[in-house]
Amino acid sequence: MFGAGGGTSAYEEIHETDVILLWGSNAREAHPIFFHHLMKGLDNGARMFAVDPRLTSSAKFADAWLGLSVGTDVALANAVGREIIRAGLADEAFIARATTGYEAYAANVEPCTLDWAAEVTGVPAAAIADMAHAYATAGKAQILWTLGITEHHNAVDNVVALCNLALLTGHVGRWGSGLVPLRGQNNVQGGGDMGALPDRFPGFQPVDDPAARAKFEAVYGAGLNPVPGKHLTEMFEAMETGDLRACYVIGENPADSDAAVEHARGLLAGLEVLVVQDIFMTRTAEMADVVLPAAVAWAETDGTVTSSERRVQRVRAAVPPPGQARSDIDILGDLARRLGADWGHPSAEDLWDELRSLSPIHAGMPWDRLEDGGLQWPCPSEDHPGSPFLHGWLWADDLEGRDPAPFSAVQQQWPAEELTEEFPLRLTTGRALDSYNTGVQSGGYDSPIRYGHAIDVNPGDAGALGVADGERVLVSSPRGSVEMEVRVQPDIPAGLAFTTFHFPELVDINVLTNDAWDPRSGTSEFKAASIRISKLEPAYG
Amino acid sequence: MDGSTPVRLTIDGQEVEAPAGSTIHAACEGAGISTPTLCWAENLTPVNVCRVCVVELEGSRALVPACSRPAEDGMEVRTDTERVRHSRRMVLEFLGSGVDLSQAESLHAWMEHYGADPDRYADEGHPVERISEPVKVQDELYVRDYEKCVLCYKCVEACGDDAQHTYAIAVAGRGFDARISTEFDVALPESACVYCGNCVGVCPTGALQFKTEFDLRQADQWRPEEQTVTRTVCSYCGVGCNLDLHVQDERIVKVTSPSDHSVTSGHLCIKGRFGWEYVHGE
Repeated sequence: MFGAGGGTSAYEEIHETDVILLWGSNAREAHPIFFHHLMKGLDNGARMFAVDPRLTSSAKFADAWLGLSVGTDVALANAVGREIIRAGLADEAFIARATTGYEAYAANVEPCTLDWAAEVTGVPAAAIADMAHAYATAGKAQILWTLGITEHHNAVDNVVALCNLALLTGHVGRWGSGLVPLRGQNNVQGGGDMGALPDRFPGFQPVDDPAARAKFEAVYGAGLNPVPGKHLTEMFEAMETGDLRACYVIGENPADSDAAVEHARGLLAGLEVLVVQDIFMTRTAEMADVVLPAAVAWAETDGTVTSSERRVQRVRAAVPPPGQARSDIDILGDLARRLGADWGHPSAEDLWDELRSLSPIHAGMPWDRLEDGGLQWPCPSEDHPGSPFLHGWLWADDLEGRDPAPFSAVQQQWPAEELTEEFPLRLTTGRALDSYNTGVQSGGYDSPIRYGHAIDVNPGDAGALGVADGERVLVSSPRGSVEMEVRVQPDIPAGLAFTTFHFPELVDINVLTNDAWDPRSGTSEFKAASIRISKLEPAYG
Repeated sequence: MDGSTPVRLTIDGQEVEAPAGSTIHAACEGAGISTPTLCWAENLTPVNVCRVCVVELEGSRALVPACSRPAEDGMEVRTDTERVRHSRRMVLEFLGSGVDLSQAESLHAWMEHYGADPDRYADEGHPVERISEPVKVQDELYVRDYEKCVLCYKCVEACGDDAQHTYAIAVAGRGFDARISTEFDVALPESACVYCGNCVGVCPTGALQFKTEFDLRQADQWRPEEQTVTRTVCSYCGVGCNLDLHVQDERIVKVTSPSDHSVTSGHLCIKGRFGWEYVHGE
């Protein structure tokens, strides 16, 4: 945000913050050790507001749970902003010095009264006002979010709607205040940092910037494509039109993980060439023409990963890879040789040093400085201590010569798929504590608390449908149907259904989910599909 | 008062300076004087129950626990007087006379140092009465062996305010019948337990043990002297928890986390602690 793709704050800052908005995140289950840090903040007296359609296990620790309707985050955020302005609680000096676009923002949120937002979101007006006042008057405050914000067709709107609140109150760029997207995979931050984005080189340098390109071309000794590439969702669209005919998939299982997954499987099956490099024979690998068995990155190879607080840390080989499995570096190096480019046999450290020579935010992080506990980027020189938080420049009189941070005027948009008589329930998906994504890894151990192949529904809805706890039912969306078990859950609001996505071999849940997506982020709307639950026909016989 | 001004005290006749807020234990460590501990851990709040760390403090009638007593200016502390040695020896003997300390490896050198002999309380025909009950094996993740539990409360602290905030366990019963217990003594999978294993991580006696370690010990295959420990980062969510992989015969046999790491403080979740088996899968 504001020019750098990472969360603004160090975990330990939350120990000292005064107000926490946990928005679309069930961190207690999805990021449990971050939640330990959050609990230190609560133990030290912070107030927490949990914004989530579900009364999650995280929300149960909050001072207030704001149980909004799925997909009404922008309405709620805009109403919070309007209330802060109306009550005279905006930080006018910060806005004047460090931001642009305030007038347009204020005009945009002006119609978003508390009563309007209460009607739209289902959250009582008093609770919205209480959260607005608490956030604006706090000495230090953080907004934390995860996929409850980003897995929507208007994901970017959701994110900037939250960023607006930080700009309105000056809760960013200083110790204890910040904007914290918790990352879902152990190196999704590092992947982006390393340039695994369609439009960036390592260190977030744009591919269409001639100066950046010239720098990389000089070191790589090859011309580089100046045109931004496609993100995942666009790749599937290009498969549909026939523009994309070959795919090399490394460590991803889209044949299980994609929304509207039957459609995605059809497109993968229609490719001329599919190469999969993975540690397991996933469903995607089973469809491949060539499978390259890879070593387990974090236990069988050396390298680095980067966490949600931008901390770069070493992973190290502890055990040898089995059979023919090889490290990703070896596989890619051999492939390059077959294609006519000899890159030698670089170690992980050799590649890291090359990266440091090209990415200024990593320049000051030689291998030996990462040995013990890691460093947080940006770390531009070897005498730099790393950066616990970002955007301190917002508080400098001259903004250290940078452009001010822009407000964004965004408006409420409903989930792409409306509820209808035929599909009257809202399905949202998420993680459970003991499992992970499509279960490729977490399926390997016996968890005594695993329940995951059930659909959670409110007791009233279950009663109206005439289904009992534990009963198998047919769950249908406009894209398909699956059979699964009902779990009657009083913590689920009426009209909502929830399930995890960890057990595709038991319940192919992404048959149901909606692949409507945000053209700016490329993320599908996993959080909002319309479904119907029907009783199974009794078996006669 | 400036909270950063160091405190000055005397330990065993030696002038010692310690950072403000230090305990006597920390001041001793800083001065190179080691202290036996059992219920203390650097990532837990001291609960003061085992008394194995007691020291003599000038002006104090009773011995004081070094692990929790703050160091103050002008204190005169003695850690190696006859009274301290006698007290530490008897604490160790009392602990060892009630339970099996064979896997409480951190205490063995101290027991030898102080000449602690738990069996000296036995009379002919009256051996010391130790807790005796079968190991509770209820799942594949960890076991509970009450014969080894000294009720140090570390597991309760790690499950509660000091880390996990799950509060699945507490002490139930009194005296010789006191046990760390789930609510109403229900089986673990029916309790509030979320299987983070942080209780196992802090247990000093082997009363709580990872099932992998327990099985290897049962088979007489647990060989810590042959194990390597490699530090890496967990493969699941994006928090970046450091893991120490304990490897024996090219297989992971146990996962812990360093208690001085800024991300974890030594604590993990169920996935980080137990979710590594896929590395050796299929």
